Amino acid sequence: MALDQSFVGRTYPPTDPYEVGREKIREFAEAVGDANPAYTDPDAAKALGHPDVIAPPTFVFAITFKAAGQVIQDPQLGLDYSRVVHGDQKFSYVRPVRAGDRLTVTSTIEAIKSLAGNDILDIRGEVHDEAGEHVVTAWTKLVARAAEEA
Amino acid sequence: MTAKISYSDVEVGTELPAQTFTVTRATLVRYAGASGDFNPIHWNEKFAREVGLPDVIAHGMFTMAEAIRVVTDWTGDPGAVVEYGVRFTKPVVVPNDDEGATVEVSGKIGAKLDDHTVRVDLTATSAGQKILGMSRAVVRLA
Repeated sequence: MALDQSFVGRTYPPTDPYEVGREKIREFAEAVGDANPAYTDPDAAKALGHPDVIAPPTFVFAITFKAAGQVIQDPQLGLDYSRVVHGDQKFSYVRPVRAGDRLTVTSTIEAIKSLAGNDILDIRGEVHDEAGEHVVTAWTKLVARAAEEA
Repeated sequence: MTAKISYSDVEVGTELPAQTFTVTRATLVRYAGASGDFNPIHWNEKFAREVGLPDVIAHGMFTMAEAIRVVTDWTGDPGAVVEYGVRFTKPVVVPNDDEGATVEVSGKIGAKLDDHTVRVDLTATSAGQKILGMSRAVVRLA
């Protein structure tokens, strides 16, 4: 059954702050095999003009996707998560995420479409730091594939 | 933010150094832990086959993280990335062997934009198939 269009535009309450740690950034950079010293060496990051080590560009997804869980698991929306695949992902950065950031995410349902029985859900996550400054916006497109005919 | 590449030194069509990345099951376990994405389709072959996949597949976000390295290694400063988006078109199937899968990423300047920024168009393939579509980054140069 197609998802309820009345959810378009709905914004969920901001998440509790996620504190970005240097060691978590290091772990992520190592996991993707990226040896850029800006991720692990505060002096190298400072030489580039950053106050502390910064996170790789896609690091913030772990935070925004967890926040999107509010939408995905909203029982009123009724998305069948077992059939969901990640369609598109986009980020727009005001500045890089860095160690010491305390980030909150506000998720909004931007669009709901139904195409060939598939439900397509666009979620925008606005990420702000502790001072209320905008850091990054993440757009996540999820596709819930049509259930097979019984 | 200090990119090593100067805006005036690039033109539309300028190619960035291409890179090749290897993905093994061990890579995926490590990425699952670091990212918090423990979906079993990325580590459990039995589960992956039950949901209709040919085998365990790499996290799309892992592939996205690898592809942008062509840009961040080139500019030097990962903080110079202003925008980055991809479409996940084909999964990267990761066999349970020592070789794993290979992902090849290339990039070239698609457009010169305002404020010392350029659009880089990325191409990512694995086993001869395009795995990311509309893969584009906007990056601020010196």
